[in-house]
Amino acid sequence: MASNTVEPPAPAAVPVAVRHGGPTLRPVGAVLSPAVAAIAALVVHRYLPDEQLPPLTWVDALPAWQHPYPAVLGFILAVSLVLAAVQAVWPYPRQWVRHTAPLVAAATGVVCLWDLVTLKLNWMSQPFFPGPDEVFGGILDDRKILLESAWHSLRLLLTGYAVGVTAGLVTGVLVGWFPRVRYWAMPALKVVGPIPATALIPLVMTLWKDSFFCAVALIGFAVWFPMTILTSSGISNVRVAYLDVARTLGAGRLYLIFRVAIPAALPHIFIGLFMGLGASFLVLVVAESVGVQAGLGWYVKWQQGYLEYAKVYGALIITAVFFSTIMTLLFTFRDRVLKWQKGVIKW
Amino acid sequence: MVSRPAGEGSALQVRGVGKTFAAADGSSVLALDRISLDVAPGELVSLIGPSGCGKSTLLRLIAGLDPPSAGELRVGGEVITGPSAERGLMFQDPTLFPWLTVRGNIASGLVARGVFRRRRHEVDDFLQLIGLEAFADVYPHQLSGGMAQRAALARALINHPRVLLLDEPLGALDQFTRMRMQDELLRVWQTRGTTLLLVTHDIDEAIYVSDRIAIMTPRPGRIERVIEVSLDRPRRRNDPRFLRFRSEILEVLHFTGGPE
Repeated sequence: MASNTVEPPAPAAVPVAVRHGGPTLRPVGAVLSPAVAAIAALVVHRYLPDEQLPPLTWVDALPAWQHPYPAVLGFILAVSLVLAAVQAVWPYPRQWVRHTAPLVAAATGVVCLWDLVTLKLNWMSQPFFPGPDEVFGGILDDRKILLESAWHSLRLLLTGYAVGVTAGLVTGVLVGWFPRVRYWAMPALKVVGPIPATALIPLVMTLWKDSFFCAVALIGFAVWFPMTILTSSGISNVRVAYLDVARTLGAGRLYLIFRVAIPAALPHIFIGLFMGLGASFLVLVVAESVGVQAGLGWYVKWQQGYLEYAKVYGALIITAVFFSTIMTLLFTFRDRVLKWQKGVIKW
Repeated sequence: MVSRPAGEGSALQVRGVGKTFAAADGSSVLALDRISLDVAPGELVSLIGPSGCGKSTLLRLIAGLDPPSAGELRVGGEVITGPSAERGLMFQDPTLFPWLTVRGNIASGLVARGVFRRRRHEVDDFLQLIGLEAFADVYPHQLSGGMAQRAALARALINHPRVLLLDEPLGALDQFTRMRMQDELLRVWQTRGTTLLLVTHDIDEAIYVSDRIAIMTPRPGRIERVIEVSLDRPRRRNDPRFLRFRSEILEVLHFTGGPE
């Protein structure tokens, strides 16, 4: 495998090599590894005979070099060569390129392996495991409807998440701050909260006719519970000394809640935000595949019905990219908001 | 510099104050027993004594964070009913709000009272007063212990409290930082004329800074004796007369050593 020929650089070795003038072999190997992996994958794809017979689609009418999988490999090859050249003369992206390149090479290696065990060796049963060329072709084929689905999923996800986060913050602060609210609400929370949101689908669908509204309610519920629990535990665990100091500074109740308790609870609140986001992904996909007739979850279900597994996997790839992008945005947001405790949290 | 005339301190009266706490087994523990203490405006009084003598409890009562079980506390003639910006409080742990920068922490007293807009310029005055201008936009976790304690002092001072209550504020600092901070504390106190009540368990610190020292004994917490430190200011740490006060305090606390 191409990725095996390249050793990822030891993190400390990179700056040392730079400091002693002139790149040594290891950074060069790291930077060029994606190109090597892409060439190897191209060779495997072009010169090894196919064992599996893919169904004929419009893709097969294209000349070999215009197929989606070789095109993607060609793209990786070109970009990695350009970046290798850029980082040699421009120090700004150097660290990032050297850090990322081996990971891209490894990913390329994995895709090459996938190509091997499907198209080239036909080790996987058909038609459930198509090769990368077909899957990429499927994405290309349905790009318009996939984009529409992703947009629909995004709208639903953000609406439901916003509803759940807002509701969870409000109940969490009330439960965490006021002992009387806590007394009455805690037992109810303990009973209602752990119900899986998906188990409420029948109830929700009898309550409201509009499927978008139902899905928003379900996602909101799934997000609301972890948000409430973590916000309230964050609020009720605020160090008493912070509140004491604030009171001797002349703070009233509003200041104590909004300027002391909530900021102090933010690390907890962010755990709730992350847990809620994970729950919302799950509920989103389920809700889309049972009620809402749109979105990525619906697309997967729909293509599965036609045994179009290449498109199912294509949609899964899109879904993975979509969700991980949102997750990354939340991480970035957290790092910005919690920069005051940088070095304290590591997760 | 902070432009406010010296003498902003108020008189403090503690009359027959007692405090009982409920223990876990339902019985009650007498933490403070008939404490009486008069502090003149602008006076610096130290409370000294072994741990468990109730000096921190007394400070919390004066701050208004806990109500007394008996007796009465007055500041400037008014009975204390709860916490107020008139009485600034500072702990051994600086307790800076970690989510605010040094500047934000110092300003928090102004924000809490809704006067930040009108008096935001004072934040810079206080940053200058404690010599942390260069660290204004730094978060507390990046500060050393001494710097954090200076920032906490500035935060306690920004509301121009009439009484400043310090609960072992220098206890966690190393000897040298502590001596420097004592001088800084004295400078602030002298320029501003705040009434200052200092809880400490450092006898030399008490003698070095105080007008008077109230010696407390535990179980139940009582003020055993109040001694006047009749030394001129500025004092010298190696003044041989320190020894006289030192032995008096040790005697009251039964810490002179030798067989009982």
